[in-house]
This record gives sequence, structure tokens and C-alpha cells, in this order.
Amino acid sequence: MGSYVPSTREQRQEMLKAVGVASFEELYADVPESMRLKEGALNLPDGMSEMEIMARMKSMAGKNKVFTSIFRGAGSYNHYIPSIVKRVTAKEEFVTAYTPYQAEISQGVLQSIFEYQTMICELTGMEVSNASVYDGATAAAEAVAMCRDRKRTKALISAAAHPDLIQTVKTYCEGSNTPVEIIPAKDGKTDLDALSAMLDDSVCCVLIQQPNYFGQLENADQAGVIAHEAGAKYIMSCNPISLGMIKTPAESGADIAVGEGQPLGLSLSFGGPYLGFMACTNALVRKIPGRIVGETTDVDGKRAYVLTLQAREQHIRREKASSNICSNQALCALTASVYLAAMGTKGLQQAAEQSFAKAHYFAAEMAKIPGCELRFSGEFFHEFVTSCPDVPKVMAALEAQGILGGLPLGGELSGCVLWCATEQNSKEEIDRAIAVIKEVCGA
Amino acid sequence: MKLIFESGASGRGCSVLPECDVPVFSLPESMRREKAPNLPQLSENDISRHYTALAGRTHGVNNGFYPLGSCTMKYNPKINEEMAALPGFSSIHPLQPEHTVQGAMEVLYQTEKALCEITGMDGMTFQPAAGAHGEFTGLLLIKAYHKHRGDSKRTKIIVPDSAHGTNPASAAMAGFTVVSIPSQEDGCVDLEKLRAAVGEDTAGLMLTNPNTVGLFDKNILEITKIVHDAGGLNYYDGANLNAVMGISRPGDMGFDVVHLNLHKTFSTPHGGGGPGSGPVGCKALLADFLPGPVVKEEQGQYRFHTPEHSIGRVKSFYGNFAVVVKALTYILTLGAEGIREASQNAVLNANYMMKKLCDLYTMAYDERCMHEFVMSLEPLKKETGISAMDIAKGLLDNGIHPPTMYFPLIVHEALMVEPTETESKETLDEAIEVFRSLYETAKTDPQALHDAPHHTPVRRLDEVGAARNPKLRYSFE
Repeated sequence: MGSYVPSTREQRQEMLKAVGVASFEELYADVPESMRLKEGALNLPDGMSEMEIMARMKSMAGKNKVFTSIFRGAGSYNHYIPSIVKRVTAKEEFVTAYTPYQAEISQGVLQSIFEYQTMICELTGMEVSNASVYDGATAAAEAVAMCRDRKRTKALISAAAHPDLIQTVKTYCEGSNTPVEIIPAKDGKTDLDALSAMLDDSVCCVLIQQPNYFGQLENADQAGVIAHEAGAKYIMSCNPISLGMIKTPAESGADIAVGEGQPLGLSLSFGGPYLGFMACTNALVRKIPGRIVGETTDVDGKRAYVLTLQAREQHIRREKASSNICSNQALCALTASVYLAAMGTKGLQQAAEQSFAKAHYFAAEMAKIPGCELRFSGEFFHEFVTSCPDVPKVMAALEAQGILGGLPLGGELSGCVLWCATEQNSKEEIDRAIAVIKEVCGA
Repeated sequence: MKLIFESGASGRGCSVLPECDVPVFSLPESMRREKAPNLPQLSENDISRHYTALAGRTHGVNNGFYPLGSCTMKYNPKINEEMAALPGFSSIHPLQPEHTVQGAMEVLYQTEKALCEITGMDGMTFQPAAGAHGEFTGLLLIKAYHKHRGDSKRTKIIVPDSAHGTNPASAAMAGFTVVSIPSQEDGCVDLEKLRAAVGEDTAGLMLTNPNTVGLFDKNILEITKIVHDAGGLNYYDGANLNAVMGISRPGDMGFDVVHLNLHKTFSTPHGGGGPGSGPVGCKALLADFLPGPVVKEEQGQYRFHTPEHSIGRVKSFYGNFAVVVKALTYILTLGAEGIREASQNAVLNANYMMKKLCDLYTMAYDERCMHEFVMSLEPLKKETGISAMDIAKGLLDNGIHPPTMYFPLIVHEALMVEPTETESKETLDEAIEVFRSLYETAKTDPQALHDAPHHTPVRRLDEVGAARNPKLRYSFE
């Protein structure tokens, strides 16, 4: 109904006249007749009023089930989002600006990115962060591209990384003709003996995920040592909440740390928009893709912020750029910053410790149910895999109670479930889920 | 102003989480981080004021005119935001069982149908998160298509020199060799140069139409035919679709694959740099190669399906879903007629501004434009020393976001102006006055423009120093 065009009919006529044409049709004189659509030719419904749209969209939203209790993670995590996060990120200046090309009137966005970069460096322990990429999976793919050179072209990726991450890296590598090999997993972790055997001087990088897809904590230090001994770069994909307590990628020797930033204050939103974070050592700063903000001064000597090191980027280097990325996930990076500011050092640690504790309580209760054994022996963060006597039945019974159960796994782990708990799952909620599972399993 | 790390006090913070209600479990010391991250220690009030101050130092579409060429900075309707925030969309997990997310799948399906109708395509993926991501995805479709046919010779992508930088960068990422062909002065494709460039090694051509000078390439059918006859495919960069929605469809121009920028053409906000959404649509011949999963409808039920020869994923899950919700809200609001009206007025606004400025400013091409036009400040610079940059900085003092500067590369001292359809005649008239008075200033008091901006929170920056001695994070020492 509306098209958000403010000019009145009279004004449009006045403007057409000023331009020197009689009609809108004439404005399109350069479009060959044969490919010009007639008025009304577009097969779309008529426009609607705001009130009608509201009803239509709400009816679609109403067809989705919002679970009150979620025990599913697998790359998308249900953490608590402090109220201030949505208030700040809804500020229209942030929402309606674009990439801060004009630094003088974009200091707000630029400073927020500089602060974000600092927070990502603090979280990961790395030296340099960019301003964000699309998500955790594409961040991993971009990290692999940073490591490739003429001599070393092959990438080794852990089988225990998220399947979407592995697939995305493979797709990107198919593009750049980079061979990818998968490091097998053993007992739910990257098989480091297999890794040693796969390394040679054609390998450019080794990528592992920490905690991995199955929730297990990898022997990250050792993987790094093995990669470096063979002259390969070491990439770690990390869960940012876990960094409230577990060893940082920098402490484990990573050259590049990437990850899915969604747990930092971003809603589930059916998978996006999320946030890819990327950080690296100083040695790799000229290879990191995307926007980077740096500190400088203005002509009056005032401290100020600006997009910098742009010689890496597509608008300058074209086909020789380190990546094609232009638009990123700036508002999601801002979300992560506000989240981290609200949580603070202590709050982040609390979110990590509580997720860890609740997952361990949940796992211990689960292990008491016959047929629901923990599948892997290693230490885990907030996700774990159990066997399950009747996966569809357990899931259906949980769903009937408004509970989203863990993710049923396939392949070699068919009949197993990947469970997740966060600080949002109260003991009462966990006990209720356990009771439902117990009942289905006849215990 | 202060950085967030420079305020606050040790021990201060927000009370967010309750005490833990399950027993504490301990992680072996060897697995713990040695040093806690140094994060802000602020009250909620501190945080709120900090970001309010940062917002005050940010110019968005809501602050004023933003004619940033090639970026389509149109108004971002508020209802779009509210719809994406509905719990039924924002609180659903991407891996919920299909029968619990039928509404979300309907959003993807309906948006695909509408955008395929607008572009003349047959299938679509929403995984790409932005335009450049879409380009990369579309080029991989072209690569897979040739490979599937056993045609391994097609290793080159032709890109005119007027193209966006992302085009050659995406082609390189997709493993192609980039063949750059010079454009005519008006940015249109030089047919002879194109004929000379195509051959057995041509995988495809990347083009935006209207082109980056703001003109609709009249020879478009001939161009796409030359590429098809040589065995290549045609890629449509949707950056400039806002000129021709409901007027002409890339599918009818001979394009085989397109990407759209939902954050430009379909009114979703730019967010200070993102998130966007860059869905890729294609003709039936490429649909089997699309990234999976895509949504299919069977007897009123939606289900996910991975195309038979899929190139694989380019991103987790289904792309920037919330952005798609906003775009669908916009499409449903406008409907068939509103979509056409939006494009018509985008073109009218650009032509009106160009007409009112062309007696002073030199236009790269001055007869008629589409939704944007390019001026060359080269003559003014020769006469007064005032560059495109100086005019841009002068605009800052007048509350106007400058046009895109120094692009396209084929026009010297370029300023690329895209007013969009959501600006009123009054706004355009005021901006025209500002442009005209800056032109006068260039002649009468050039130093004032060399020194501009004067009234912004900071003035011109030392960009060289920023790059020479990179300081990329706050140092706590």
C-alpha cells in the first residue's frame, strides 16, 4: 500500500517537468521495450496497510513453536541477554548508519568497533581482531585462506568441528582449489596421532574447534605443538562464553582464533544474523580480512578512530584482496560489545561456570537413566553426547512439555543425542526434563 | 570522549545472573585460562550513557540525508524491526524439528517466490550474508555448472573496469582468473572489447545494470547473448536493482544468476556496516547446484531439501534469517504497485537532483540517469584546487552524508549520488542548495573547504599515521 515515497502527486509532476519528461515511462527510455514490464505485470499481491501486515506476519510467527526450555545447542546457544543489550542496539543512529567511511561523522560506530576489537583480543588473548565477518563458519573459512601460500596449500580440519563449519570451509576451499582433509575423531576428540601422521610440508593449517561439536574439550596445546612442528599454522574456533573460564587460544598457541559470536547477546533468530569473530597474532595482521579500525588523531590533535590498513581490502586491491568481504556484521559486533560490557569480567565468568555446572549436573542425572550413557570419556564444557534408547519418543515427550530436547545425531552416532545446558536452565527445569526422559525410558 | 575501558571502577558491575542452583563442578586447573579477560566494570547507567554518547557521534539515515551512491540508503521502516523481533521469529532455534518452524520456513519460501518474481529467476538461496558473499556463491554456481558438464576449460570471468571491487575479488576467491575489460566512457560495455574477450575459456560475465555510472545499458540483450554464444553464463550484481524493480527483470535481460542486497533494495537497515543479506537467485539450469538446504513446499507443508549437485554450504544454518523477515515485511507492504513506484521515484529523485546541479557540476554523463548519477570534480579541481574529497567534507558541516567518493574508478574525482525514493522534494531542494553553495565557496574561499569539516565531533584525520603505526586495540598498561 505504502512505498515510503514522501513526494506528493503534485510534487512528482513538478519534478518530472523539471527533469524535462512527461511521464515516468519516459525516464526509462533506455530500457528496451522488449524487456519492459507493463504496469501490473508483476505477479505479486497488492500492498497492505501496517495493521494488515502486523496480522499477517504474526500469523506466520505463530506457526513456530517457541520452547520455554531449551537443551539444544549445536552452534546456536540460548544464553540470557541483559535488557540493556537490545535497548542500546536498537538506537537508530547505529541501526541506520552504514560502514563508517566518513570518519568525522562516524566516530560513534568507529569507537564501538575499536572497543569490540579490544574485547575480542581480551577474550581470546590474541593481538589483533578485525571488525567481524558473517559467522563462525565463514570466519573459519577466511582463516584457512589466510594461511595458504604457494608452497603450502592443504588444510586439515578436525572431524569434531561443527558440520556446518566443515562444509563451509570445504565450499570456500573448492573455490580457491585448496585441498581439505579431515582429521578423524577418536572418543569424541580430534585424533592427534592421526593428525601427526597427516602432516607434511604441503599443509598450511590445522583447524580444531574448542570446545568441539560434541562439547568435548580438546587437547588444544598439544594440537598446536604438533601443527607448529610441521610448519603449519594453527587455527582454533572457540566458543566465546567458554573463554570466561577455559584456556584461551593464545595460551594454546593459536595463530588465528575464530568463532561464532552468537552466544554474546544475540538471539537465536532461526540461525541468523550471528557474528563471526576473527583474531590473530601481529605477524598475520596484513592477512586478516575485513574492516579494521585504528586509533589516530585529527588535525587538532584530538584522539579519533578510522578504518585502517585498507590496502588489504577489495575496494583497493580488487582481485588481489585478502577477501571479497565488504558488508560485515557490525550491529552484531556492537551487540557482543554491549553484552560483554553488561556482563563484565565477573558476569562472563559466571555465565561460563554456570553453563559448565548445569551441563555437568544434567549429564550426571542423565547417566543414572538406563540406556542413557555418556558417549565420550573426556572433559566437556556445556554440551555432551549420550546414547538414548528411543530418540524420537524422548524428543516427542519433551516437546509435549514445551521442552526442546538435545539434537539427535546421525551417522556413526545414530541413536545418540547432543545435549546442551546454559545458565538459563534452572535446576528445576533440568529435573523436569530428566523426569520426562526417565518416564519414556521406563526407568 | 572516553573509551569504555577508561570509565568505571574496580568491583562495579551489573547484576544479571542469579546464584547457581546446582552443585559447583570444577574444571582441572590445566584447562583454565591463566588471566581473566579485562572487560569493562560499569553500572548499567554508565553503559547506557556511554552508548548514548556514541550514538550522538554517529550519522545514520535517521539523522539526515545519506545519498551514498551504490549503497541505497533508503529509509528503514520501523515495522520491519518489530516483525523480526516477534518471539515466534527471534526465539526459535535453527535446529528445531521442521514441524515446529513451519512459519519460519514459510517466510523463506514466500520471500523466495516474491524475489524470483521480481528478478525473473527460478530458485534462490538465502545463505549469503551480504552482497559480496552472494557474488562468491553465484560464481561457485557457475563454476559447478561448467564442471558438471565436463567443461574444465572455462576458467575466466570477465569483469568491466567500472565494476565494484567486490566483483573481481569474488571471482578470484572462486578460483577464476579475472579478465578486466575497459568500459566506454559512459560505463557501458564496449561490445567490440567484449567480443574480443570471450572464448572457450569464458566461464561468465559479471555485470550490474544499471551500471556504476548510473546508466541502463541499452545493449544488454546483445551483451548477454555474446556471452551465451561463447558458452558462458551471465551474472547480475543486484547492487543497482533499486532502479528497475517492477520495471525490468534481470531474468529477461539474459542473466542466469543474480544476487540481491536486501539491506539496500529491500529496506533492511545497514547496521553500521551489517548485517545484510545477499540472497542468490538463479535460472532453473543452476538450481540443482544451490547451497542446501532450500525450502520446498508439498501439500501445504514446508520441508528442507538439499539440491542434488549442491555446491555445499556457504554459511551456517539458513543465512541472516531476521533480515529476510524484514525484507518480506517490506515486500508485503509495498506489493506489486508499490515496488514499481519505489523504483520510479528513486529514478525521478536522482534525475531531479542531477538536473538541478548539472549547470554547475560536470556530470560523467548528463542526459538521463537511473537511480544514481556520477559527477566529476576534475574540472573544478583544475580551476580551484577543490577536490571531490573537499566537497564531501564540506557536506559534513551541512548535516549531509557525502556521496560515494572516487568511485567508479573510470571517472576522475568522482562523486556518486544516490538520493533514493524515500527522500522528499524538500530534502532534495535543500541538498541541491548546499551543493550549489559549496561550489560557490570553492571559487570564493577554497581554503574554507580545504579545512572542512569545521563543526563535526572530530575534524580530518591522520589516516596515513593510522596505517603506518597501527593501534588496533586499547592498551591497559
